Amino acid sequence: MTQNADNVLDHFELFRGPEYQQMLEAKKKMFENPHDPAEVERVREWAKTEEYKEKNFAREALTVNPAKACQPLGAVFAAVGFEGTIPFVHGSQGCVAYYRSHLSRHFKEPSSCVSSSMTEDAAVFGGLNNMVDGLANTYNLYKPKMIAVSTTCMAEVIGDDLNAFIKTAKEKESVPAEFDVPFAHTPAFVGSHVTGYDNALKGIIEHFWDGKAGTTEKLERKPNDTINFIGGFDGYTVGNMREIRRIFDLMGVEHTILCDNSDVFDTPTDGEFRMYDGGTTLEDAANAIHAKATISMQQYCTEKTLPVIKAHGQEVASFNHPVGVASTDAFLMEVARLTGKEIPEELARERGRLVDAIADSSAHIHGKKFAIYGDPDLCLGLAAFLLELGAEPTHILATNGTKGWAKQVQELLDSSPFGQDCHVYAGKDLWHMRSLLFTEPVDFLIGNTYGKYLERDTGTPLIRIGFPVFDRHHHHRRPVWGYQGSMNVLITILDKIFDEIDRNTNVPAKTDYSFDIIR
Amino acid sequence: MSSLRQIAFYGKGGIGKSTTSQNTLAALADLDQRIMIVGCDPKADSTRLMLHAKAQDTILSLAAEAGSVEDLELEDVLKIGYKDIKCVESGGPEPGVGCAGRGVITSINFLEENGAYDDLDYVSYDVLGDVVCGGFAMPIRENKAQEIYIVMSGEMMAMYAANNISKGILKYANSGGVRLGGLICNERQTDKELELAENLAKKLGTELTYFIPRDNIVQHAELRRMTVIEYAPDSQQADHYRNLAKKIHGNAGKGIIPTPITMDELEDMLMEHGILKTIDETQVGKTAAELEIA
Repeated sequence: MTQNADNVLDHFELFRGPEYQQMLEAKKKMFENPHDPAEVERVREWAKTEEYKEKNFAREALTVNPAKACQPLGAVFAAVGFEGTIPFVHGSQGCVAYYRSHLSRHFKEPSSCVSSSMTEDAAVFGGLNNMVDGLANTYNLYKPKMIAVSTTCMAEVIGDDLNAFIKTAKEKESVPAEFDVPFAHTPAFVGSHVTGYDNALKGIIEHFWDGKAGTTEKLERKPNDTINFIGGFDGYTVGNMREIRRIFDLMGVEHTILCDNSDVFDTPTDGEFRMYDGGTTLEDAANAIHAKATISMQQYCTEKTLPVIKAHGQEVASFNHPVGVASTDAFLMEVARLTGKEIPEELARERGRLVDAIADSSAHIHGKKFAIYGDPDLCLGLAAFLLELGAEPTHILATNGTKGWAKQVQELLDSSPFGQDCHVYAGKDLWHMRSLLFTEPVDFLIGNTYGKYLERDTGTPLIRIGFPVFDRHHHHRRPVWGYQGSMNVLITILDKIFDEIDRNTNVPAKTDYSFDIIR
Repeated sequence: MSSLRQIAFYGKGGIGKSTTSQNTLAALADLDQRIMIVGCDPKADSTRLMLHAKAQDTILSLAAEAGSVEDLELEDVLKIGYKDIKCVESGGPEPGVGCAGRGVITSINFLEENGAYDDLDYVSYDVLGDVVCGGFAMPIRENKAQEIYIVMSGEMMAMYAANNISKGILKYANSGGVRLGGLICNERQTDKELELAENLAKKLGTELTYFIPRDNIVQHAELRRMTVIEYAPDSQQADHYRNLAKKIHGNAGKGIIPTPITMDELEDMLMEHGILKTIDETQVGKTAAELEIA
C-alpha cells in the first residue's frame, strides 16, 4: 500500500501499512542496537522508583526538558505589543526562526520578526555591518513605525554594543535619526523569556521617557489620572487584554495598556494581510509617563521595568497572575484604591457567579491533588486558586523560578491548610517532575503542551494551562484573569476531572454503575 | 549618581597597569574619595595590593560554583581593602578556553544590578591588554568609564598597544561619551623614553599625564602585596603616585577623542627620535652572516 495520488493517505494510516512496518522493524534490528525488551522494561520500572528519583534530583550538569524558553522570545513578544513595531533580533537567523514558529504555533497567527543574520564573519569582526544593513533593509522593506532591537547569544558573547551600533547605523542613514529604535540586551543564556520580556519593555519605556536616545528632551512627568497596565509574558494575552480592557471600562478607569499584543496575535481574516495590527500607540507609550500608577499583572515579568517606572515618580503595584476570587478581589481593590473609582455592581455580580460556580462543583475538586509547572507568576496564581478551591497543590515547579520565588510560594502554601503537603521546586525541569509524578502521584497535572509526554509516561491526566499550548486550538482567546477568566480556568479544570471520572467508569457491566449522565 | 566619576586603565600586558592603578587609587583614597576597583582581567590581580591577598575570589568563579550569577550576593564578591576601597574582580577562564570578554560583561551587569555603584566617587576599571573584543570594550561603553588612561612605556610594542587602544576608544567615542584622559608612562629606562612618550601623546591628540620614574621600592612593596602609598608613604615614589592621582583628579571632563596613527607613522616617529635607523630596504630579511659577506 504505497501512496497514490487518487487516495492520499495521512501519516497515521500510511506508516501503519506493512511496507513501513517491515522497514521500521528492519531499521531497529540493523541500526538501533536494540536491547532485550525485558531489560528495557526493567529499566523503565526502575526509573519510577524512589532510588531513581534521588539520583535524578542529585543531577547537576544536565537539564532535561526545561520548562522555559530564552530571553529573545520574550523580547519579541513584548515588541509586537506596540503599534507598527517590528522586532529586530541582532544575531543568527535560526534563533529568530524559533521565536517566530514558537509564537505562530501557539497563537495560530503569522509572527513577523527580522534577524540581522549574523554569520561567521560577523562573529569575528563584530555585527556592526549587519546592524547597519539590517536596519536599513527592515525600514525600507517593512515600513515599520518602530524597530525594537534585541540580541541572541552570539551577539552577546562577542559583546556587540547595541547603543553604539544603533547610533552608528543612524549616522550612516540606515534609518532617520529621530526614528524610534529602542533596544535591549537579551542574552539567551541568562534568565528566561520572562526576563527578556522585562528587558525589552524596560528598553522601550526608557527610550520614550528618557529622550529617545538623545534625539529629544527627556519627558517631564505631569501626573494625570490614568493607570498603566502591564500584562507580562502571557499565553492568554488575546483574551486577557480584552477582558482587562472591559473591566477598566466598566470601572470607568482611564488606562493605557503597555504592550498590548491582543490584535497582532488575533488579526481577523478579512481578505487583507497586515503585518501589524493594534498595539499600544507610540504616543500612548510616551504619555504613559504621566500616569498616576502602573500595575503589573506578573511581578517576575517586570522586575526591572517597575523600578524604572517608580523612579519616574509613579506608584507601582504588582501581582502574580491573579486567578480566583481572592486574587481578583485584591487586584480590583488595588485598582479602586489607586483610581478612587468604585467597583461596579456588574463586577460584583460576576464575582457572585464565580463563587456560585465554585460552590456547585466543590464536591468534585475538593481534596484533589495537583502538580503544577510553568512560569513563576502563573504557578503562584494557579496555586492560590487551587488552595481557594480546597484542592491540594502537591508539586509546584518552575524551571525559571528563583530562590525568592520559591520562598514566596512557600509562604502562600503555609497560609492554607490545603498547602501543607506541597513542595516547591525552583530551577528544576520536567524530568524531575516525571520522577515526582511516579514517586508521589497526584490526580492531575497542570502545564503546557509539553506535559503530554508526562501524561503518557506517568498516566497523570494533563490540564493544559500555560505557554505554549500547541496541540489545542484557541485557548489563548479565552481570558484567565478577572472573575470571568477565573471561571474559564475552573471550567477547564472541571472538564478534565469529569472526563477522568467517565474514563474510569465506562467498562460495561463492570464499572459502569457509575457511568452517570449527571455529574 | 551624577557626580560618580568612572575611569579605566588600559595598556599592554605586563606594563604595570595594576600596580599603577592601585597606587594611584590608594593616593586618591587618601584624598577621601570613595572608590571601587573593578578588575577586568582573568588573572584577577587588580586588587591584590589593596587586599594584601594573592587574588580575591572572582565574580565568575563564584558564579560557576553557585550555578549562576543570579545566585550571588554583592557581599560575596565585594571585598573592602585599603582605606575602604571596594574591590571586585570579574575573573574569567583559564587561558585557552571560554570567553573572558563575556565575563567582563556579565560581571559589570551584575554589579550595576546589585547597586554596587551607589555611594561612590570613583569607579576604576583595570582592563587587560588591548581592546581585543567587544567584551573588553564593556568598560568604555556609554555610561561607563568617561576617561581612559593608557599605561605605556618607551618600548615600541607598548606604544603600538597604546595606539591600538586609542583606535578602540575612537570607535566608541563618536557614539558614546568615552574620552582618552591621557597617557601614563611607566619608565622602562629605554632610550629617550620621556621624549617619545610626549611625542606619542601629542600625535594621539592628548597629553602625557605623568611620567613615573622607575624605582625598586615598587618591587619591595609588591612583594609585600602593598601599594607604595601604604608601604612607604614618605618615599619619593609615593609622592609621584600622589601627584599622578592629583592630576587625574583634576582632569575630570578634560578627556579628548584620540587621533590614532598608522603603523608607518609610528615607525617614522621612532626614526625621528633616532631609535630606529632609516631602513635600508636592501638589508631587510638578511641574516647577520649574509650582511657580513656583502
